[in-house]
Amino acid sequence: MAGKTLYDKLWDDHLVKQRDDGSALIYIDRQLLHEVTSPQAFEGLRLAKRKPWRIDANVATPDHNVPTTDRASGIDGIVDPVSRTQVETLDNNCDEFGILEFKIKDQRQGIVHVIGPEQGVTLPGMSVVCGDSHTSTHGAFGCLAHGIGTSEVEHVLATQCLVQKKMKNMLVKVNGKLGKGVTGKDVVLAIIGKIGTAGGTGYAIEFGGDAIQSLSMEGRMTICNMAIEGGARVGMVGVDDTTIEYVKGRPFSPKGETWYKAVEYWRTLHSDSDAVFDKVVELDGSAIKPQVSWGTSPEMVTGVDGSVPDPVKENDPIKREGIERALKYMGLQPNQKITDIKLDRVFIGSCTNSRIEDLREAAAVVKGRKVASSLKQAMVVPGSGLVKVQAEQEGLDKIFIEAGLEWRDPGCSMCLAMNADKLGQGEHCASTSNRNFEGRQGFGGRTHLVSPAMAAAAAIKGHFVDVRELMN
Amino acid sequence: MRAFTQHQGIVAPMDRSNVDTDMIIPKQFLKSIKRTGFGPNLFDELRYLNEGQPDQDCSKRPINPDFVLNQERYKNASVLLARRNFGCGSSREHAPWALDDFGFRVIIAPSFADIFYNNCFKNGLLPIVLEEVIVDRLFQESEANVGYQLTVDLTAQTVITPSGESFSFEVDDFRRHCLLNGLDDIGVTLEDADAIRTYEDARRKTAPWLFNAGN
Ligand code: SF4
Repeated sequence: MAGKTLYDKLWDDHLVKQRDDGSALIYIDRQLLHEVTSPQAFEGLRLAKRKPWRIDANVATPDHNVPTTDRASGIDGIVDPVSRTQVETLDNNCDEFGILEFKIKDQRQGIVHVIGPEQGVTLPGMSVVCGDSHTSTHGAFGCLAHGIGTSEVEHVLATQCLVQKKMKNMLVKVNGKLGKGVTGKDVVLAIIGKIGTAGGTGYAIEFGGDAIQSLSMEGRMTICNMAIEGGARVGMVGVDDTTIEYVKGRPFSPKGETWYKAVEYWRTLHSDSDAVFDKVVELDGSAIKPQVSWGTSPEMVTGVDGSVPDPVKENDPIKREGIERALKYMGLQPNQKITDIKLDRVFIGSCTNSRIEDLREAAAVVKGRKVASSLKQAMVVPGSGLVKVQAEQEGLDKIFIEAGLEWRDPGCSMCLAMNADKLGQGEHCASTSNRNFEGRQGFGGRTHLVSPAMAAAAAIKGHFVDVRELMN
Repeated sequence: MRAFTQHQGIVAPMDRSNVDTDMIIPKQFLKSIKRTGFGPNLFDELRYLNEGQPDQDCSKRPINPDFVLNQERYKNASVLLARRNFGCGSSREHAPWALDDFGFRVIIAPSFADIFYNNCFKNGLLPIVLEEVIVDRLFQESEANVGYQLTVDLTAQTVITPSGESFSFEVDDFRRHCLLNGLDDIGVTLEDADAIRTYEDARRKTAPWLFNAGN
């Protein structure tokens, strides 16, 4: 019999019941909650007079709506009354049911996908869900982690389970050694460029190969975070020393005897060498260049030395139409060089790239330099209160401020512009976030997805530039 | 949940691939804490020429005459015909809520994004996958004929055209069962409460750290 993939193992370990119709009940170890996709779930629970199945499996924090300035005022600092109601509703629901919440003034508050791992609330081998598609982030720890809708948030609250059908197994193998200036973000953008935004639909993707193994947990989280942009709800990396080192000593990590028992189990969380995948995609890591997205879908991406495509050269009529539409929205010309794209704003943040390592990489590029005067704004938004504190201890805040970047308080911020941070119509933004959809960062705004180092380099030059030129 | 057995309705063809959930319902409308009222803001940025705000009277906003749902012939459409990878992006269930609130009951496309597909079933909305060549034909027919309607039969798993041609589609047994009977799937799961407790008890022994947060 062939060995098991990591996904097979996680699936088997969480299987409560296999039903005759092909569906299965899967147990959920951890649910993360935030203010946007939970209010209707709590309301549904109340209407049906149901109680949460296991309170201690849930952890909450507000992140999407929180302002990134004037945090000292707490909820009163949220100017938009609708946003404020949503954050208050989360607070009230958590208080009512006794759910642990890192509230707006708590130093542990931050983007759900940053604080889960940071607190050890996410542990290897867990099944983790959240009403947010980027829950795939937690797969970096060898977790079965994926986003769910609000009805499923309610379902998990009420039953601690989800009704699932097993996905297919895909292995994305990135071989070789990554070049200087090439980060997890560039790797995942290159993968999406290759498989397309629907390439992973129906699959659980495991990322493997030397290039992935050599990455830190931050880099792996960035890659798993964007599995969903490749169409896969689940992205995973097997457990190794790097994983266990990261988890050790976190506030919610097991201690003493239990720690050793846990580690023993975690060591089994990788695909067996003879495991069979339904699909395998291989990339040469050493050939990946810093990436920049030019269009309105994450698959519309190219190396920084590339150009905007010419729709005339596309044979598939649906794709051609998509390219034409994207170029019109983005205000770009066919064959225009990526480095000729001028920028209005730069955003360094989001659950993809707002961890300490991301901030270090960006700071290393801007250190001793100044943001281009042509830019309207360049901002850095740490992923959590604790990332912010650590960055300040390392003096990164000063480097950013001296270079002319704004240093903000943690939250989703301009990743989706639900708070006050947004793009104006027609503005181009170099962004370390994960989605470049039309209007994502503000009505008519134009997003280019890049790594933190590339965003930092773009901030200095006012247009895209190969960060490697600034690294010598 | 509202049951779905059969539906007949006008088809609106939305000729665009990779329609994401940000496009279906932009973020500023996600601030609501209700499940209803999203219909007027469905496809907001495509439908109107100005930026929409929550709680605004949309009847006074400038509309984009080119957008399919603004054309008189599609005003009462309840079957949305779409292209590849419909519903990609964020997990927001506000997307099916908005489609439902507008009056859609069925969405037909060559492929859907996983989370969106799943969210539809939870709200009595039926997403149907048909082969690209068939979808192409339905696009042509619905664009050529004003008032073009399709009949969808979930019991028989068929889509029937006005000329009587019938295409069958696949759907999971469990989802079909819940939709046909309008079942609340939380209720269905709770029938297995004992199995869940048995699993928990076993797991508590083998992996105690999963139950002792912060020990
Ligand atoms: S940072 Fe962006 S992608 Fe991540 S959870 Fe927040 S809004 Fe979603």
